[in-house]
Amino acid sequence: MSSAVLTTRAAVPAPVPRHFANAGWYALILPAFLLMTAIYVAPILQVLAISVTEPTTGLDNYERLLTNAGVQRAIVTTLRIGLITTAIALLLGYVLAYVVALASPAAQRWWLLAVLVPLWISVLVRAFAWVTLLRRQGLVNQGLMNAGIIDAPLALVWNELGIVIGMVHYMVPYAVLPMLASMREIDPRLLAAARGLGASRFTVFRRVFFPLSAPGLAASGVLVFIFSLGFYITPAILGGGRTLMAAEWIKMQILDIVRWGMGAMLATVLVIAILTTLAVFSRVVNLKRLFGAGA
Amino acid sequence: MSQAHALSLVGLTKRYGSFTAVNDVSLDVAQGQFLTLLGPSGSGKTTILMAIAGFVAPSAGAILLDGREITPLPPEKRDFGMVFQGYALFPHMTVAENLAFPLRVRGMERAERDTKIRATLDLVQLSQFAERRPSQLSGGQQQRVALARALVFEPNLLLLDEPLSALDKKLRAELQDELKTLHRRIGRTFINVTHDQEEAMSLSDTVAILNHGKLIQIGAPDALYDRPRTRFVAGFLGKSNMISGRIAERIGATARVSVGATTLTQRLATGATGDTVLLSLRPERIALLGDGETAENMVEGHVSAWSYLGAGHSLTVETTDLGSLRLTLPTWRAPFAPAEGLTLRLGWPSDAAAPVEDDGDE
Ligand SMILES: Nc1ncnc2c1ncn2[C@@H]1O[C@H](COP(=O)(O)OP(=O)(O)OP(=O)(O)O)[C@@H](O)[C@H]1O
Ligand SMILES: [Mg+2]
Repeated sequence: MSSAVLTTRAAVPAPVPRHFANAGWYALILPAFLLMTAIYVAPILQVLAISVTEPTTGLDNYERLLTNAGVQRAIVTTLRIGLITTAIALLLGYVLAYVVALASPAAQRWWLLAVLVPLWISVLVRAFAWVTLLRRQGLVNQGLMNAGIIDAPLALVWNELGIVIGMVHYMVPYAVLPMLASMREIDPRLLAAARGLGASRFTVFRRVFFPLSAPGLAASGVLVFIFSLGFYITPAILGGGRTLMAAEWIKMQILDIVRWGMGAMLATVLVIAILTTLAVFSRVVNLKRLFGAGA
Repeated sequence: MSQAHALSLVGLTKRYGSFTAVNDVSLDVAQGQFLTLLGPSGSGKTTILMAIAGFVAPSAGAILLDGREITPLPPEKRDFGMVFQGYALFPHMTVAENLAFPLRVRGMERAERDTKIRATLDLVQLSQFAERRPSQLSGGQQQRVALARALVFEPNLLLLDEPLSALDKKLRAELQDELKTLHRRIGRTFINVTHDQEEAMSLSDTVAILNHGKLIQIGAPDALYDRPRTRFVAGFLGKSNMISGRIAERIGATARVSVGATTLTQRLATGATGDTVLLSLRPERIALLGDGETAENMVEGHVSAWSYLGAGHSLTVETTDLGSLRLTLPTWRAPFAPAEGLTLRLGWPSDAAAPVEDDGDE
């Protein structure tokens, strides 16, 4: 998962001073800015450099995007799994956030704890836990067979299904938090007002609650999608090496067949894709507000 | 147009655990009336309004609309318009869409909807703001949108929870007038909640005074002001001098009430010789007596404090037996510039003060 964290961190743009009148204040964050540059920006620039110099100088590596079936398959797989994961994580996360938002304050604390606890468990542990649960002799298949629902074990792991299950599990808390934040901002009086005006519970949800929580939904969507593009450990373990996503493909290029240029090229493409997503999204919605900065 | 409706509360009670927020409140609102629930903070006004609207389930008692029980109906089935404190306008909809909301959920056709929305926006003088978002409106305009949204579907009853409390004083006075005119024009039943006694008095046909969840007194504003039933009502509806005395002698409908060494003549329907009475005397009922002028009740005292209010003076006069009396004089009637220590003679007729029950609340 480390690579997912890396790409996302890098994707958050470094603070750029807008008003030079505030130069004094920006000087205060200079050390942090330099650290960010040294740790995140410089390595990324180096990756970019490798992608246009190895093995020869030029855009040869990028040309492969159009010709190489392997890299194309990795990209399509990554996008497909990313979209499916995002859709499912959003759906589950929305339901969960809705339940939490409407719970009593005391219940909310327990719910929140339940949502956040998985974040503290190593991704490696969780991936192996899923393998144990989902494999042919795993708890799920055994249970279903003992209950007589199925005759032969289902292929729940070492395929895309397994990857999606593992990734959704990982992503749900990330999906819940921005949505919960925007749901909490909804004035409960609006919901009461809507009912008083004659709307049924469902109409109140559809016409008032849902539209008001939509910015949070969009934020979660972007967050989850960006995260899922960079997943490494979960697909590697739950995919059983048969389904290659971008991160594993990059690792293979660099570590197994030592084609640094190709690996760096796809890494660069990923970073650019993420930055583009964020740029497009920030045109539509106020990012700062969504991720909690600013009032 | 649907008709205005009459509403009754019968023994309405709401308990939260061991705490009783509303205690056995019964009252009737006649068709087309403007009723205001008035009381200090925490007296249960909002709880009563929410019970009428259907958001709070009563612990006991019933709510009747035109004699038909509606207590178990959910809010959306009651057809009441409601203006929430803080307005609760939908921020993601324009003014017109806010007004369309109650019409759409009732399945009204678009053309009819548009006609109704236009007419209602005209009514509250907001026609040119139809396409704005609530956040682009001033407080007073938002308030009018909330009112329009509550009226657009021609509800049985309009419920208002402190509709004007968020506005500044001048705007509040303006909107009070508008609200009153609107009520006359559309002839619907309005139930309003406020803790502002002036607003209650100026708007309502009937005021219900609440304290600690109990209904203390209900009646027309002037009746409440002139004949408060308890000390609390007298103190809550404007200022009042409280005089505690003992009936010394009864002569028909009047009584001689002794307060220390002073004896007052007071119209009193009940009470026997020897009973203690508590009288509420409004500051504006006390007159300043000139040389040779007399009144049924006369006391002497000296000015201990005064303030200039523009239209009048407010004086505090220390007397030997009645303690400090507060009185207000119209500026043009004040024959002097008030000064501390000035000795004055005060007088009032036997029907100026009202006997009140002592409920221990100021
Ligand atoms: N959900 C609740 N749980 C417990 N107590 C409540 C609840 N709602 C209201 N109360 C209590 O009931 C009492 C009456 O509340 P209510 O909101 O009706 O007062 P109010 O007269 O509207 O006051 P204000 O003028 O401050 O709005 C208060 O003491 C309040 O603390
Ligand atoms: Mg209230």
